[in-house]
Amino acid sequence: MESRVEVQNAKGIAAKAKVGRSKQLWKAIKKDWQLYTLLLLPLVHYFIFRYIPMYGVIIAFRRYQPGGPVYGSEWVGLRYFQMFFRDQGFWRAFRNNIILSVEYLVISFPFPIIFALLLNELKNLKFKKFVQTVSYLPHFISTVIVVGMIKEILSPSVGVVNMILKDLTGRTIDFVSEPGWFRTIYITSGIWQQLGWNSIIYLAALSGINPELYEAARIDGANRFQQMRYVTIPGIMPTVMVLLILNIGSLMAVGFEKILLLYNPQTYETADVISTFLYRMGLTMNNYSYGAAVGLFESLIGVLLLTTANYLSRKFTDSSLW
Amino acid sequence: MNSVKKKRISVFDVINILIMIFVVVITLYPFLYLTALSMSSEKYVYAGEITFYPKGFTLGTYKVLLKDNYFWTSYRNTIIYTVLGTLISLTLTVLLAYPLSKKNLKGRGIFLGFILFTMFFNGGLIPTYLLVSRMLQMRNTIWAVIIPGAISTYNVLVTKTFFEGIPDELEEAASIDGMNTYGILVRIVLPLSKPILATMSLFYAVGIWNNWFGPFIYLDDKKLFPVSLYLRNIIAGAQKAREVVGGDVEGFGDIEATIKSASMVVSALPIIMVYPFVQKYFVRGIMIGSLKG
Repeated sequence: MESRVEVQNAKGIAAKAKVGRSKQLWKAIKKDWQLYTLLLLPLVHYFIFRYIPMYGVIIAFRRYQPGGPVYGSEWVGLRYFQMFFRDQGFWRAFRNNIILSVEYLVISFPFPIIFALLLNELKNLKFKKFVQTVSYLPHFISTVIVVGMIKEILSPSVGVVNMILKDLTGRTIDFVSEPGWFRTIYITSGIWQQLGWNSIIYLAALSGINPELYEAARIDGANRFQQMRYVTIPGIMPTVMVLLILNIGSLMAVGFEKILLLYNPQTYETADVISTFLYRMGLTMNNYSYGAAVGLFESLIGVLLLTTANYLSRKFTDSSLW
Repeated sequence: MNSVKKKRISVFDVINILIMIFVVVITLYPFLYLTALSMSSEKYVYAGEITFYPKGFTLGTYKVLLKDNYFWTSYRNTIIYTVLGTLISLTLTVLLAYPLSKKNLKGRGIFLGFILFTMFFNGGLIPTYLLVSRMLQMRNTIWAVIIPGAISTYNVLVTKTFFEGIPDELEEAASIDGMNTYGILVRIVLPLSKPILATMSLFYAVGIWNNWFGPFIYLDDKKLFPVSLYLRNIIAGAQKAREVVGGDVEGFGDIEATIKSASMVVSALPIIMVYPFVQKYFVRGIMIGSLKG
């Protein structure tokens, strides 16, 4: 008996809570309906331009027929995945992608840190400001122009590098057509583009270090290098770790547009990466399903890396993405 | 004693200053080199004599470039795309960021999750291409360039963080005075948000100004090309620089290198000129973003 009453009571409370919740919701909508109307347009944009393409990934499992439904019709399962798994071109792009990503991360990562540390040691603030301003500039120059510059500077017929080379060795090198040079060009120009911009975050971390720590170190007789070693570097280490982990999370994301502009059939051997391979298969050869299958594979690797990086971040640092 | 010590310039300082000067030179050199190429006569260019400054100074290349109608059309297109696109992007960003900055908005978590998920996973190139060009039939329209990438989730998050920093009291006072949400947003919040609006406008404007890939895959009509695509075609050799010059211009010989350089200089010029005055806004943008992270 008693228990039944209890159950009924519980039901009543639950029902009341339900009514209460929907009432609350109704109240919230009534109060904030104007805020919700603001959200409408942007959310529709996200739905159309982000979520419909996510659904569109289904084309990787379907055959696309010209004139048929946009995201294909006939279900073919993993056919396109099997196709690219057997494709030598895909594996070349996959390998190139990993080599380029890792080399780029390892080589370029320390530069902005060193640059920020050196900037921090400058005593003349006007000069410091000037160097900073100049160093950010390349970040804002379009990839098209950066690649155009590279091609002019390295041009075998007029480029300044080859003119110097000719004077020294009597030979010229067609750098942009040599597979052996591609990675060097890509990484060096990448450092040129991002050195200053990527140092901003480290400079912010440096300015956040408590000046009293330096004072204390000085009293203890630490010279400038010792101060750098025992105060500055430990001070920016958390930032360094976070950025390293973030970079690992987006490791496979190479500069697609830059490679697309910079490479040519002669350098595919080292320059072709997953995204450029996908682009050629999908959009140049109009094999949409094949391209989408490669794209889905690429996205999954991305998700995997990001999850791993986030796990590492949570384990080794205080911050994580989620 | 101490002050003397502070003012003394050590070997390290000298080396450091030299390194910094080296960085400045390396950063600026490609711009200098391009400018020098574009203003030299081809005789010297092909002899490989250009290193720092123009030789056989001439503005002939620029005259040739500026005679090309497609160059002007593409430049005009870029300005239209940038202005219109920035306006649309900024509006959508504010509309999304403002409600999300209200901590007690019901469903805020769901909406945030909805937009954050897109940073994590996306449909990729092919499905997006099919959506824009086949489903929405935006091919060869200005909309294909402006609309699909109009909202940057990162920018929304930065803007939201800024809005969260505006004290609630101001908005509450306005609300008590009978102002509705739209009025508060337009008359109270936005005037207080000028720094972030400037930063976001610049981020979006530079992005659209430099964008070539969207136009490249969605536009076939040369009359709609932005200058970035015009430039890409010249550099990639799809459109021979010679075609720009036309066969009837004599005395220019092979001016590929100079015409390429000149077109790069002209299209980078607005950014280089405006940049020193606005760079602090960019830096502010990245700082607000990083404080959040």
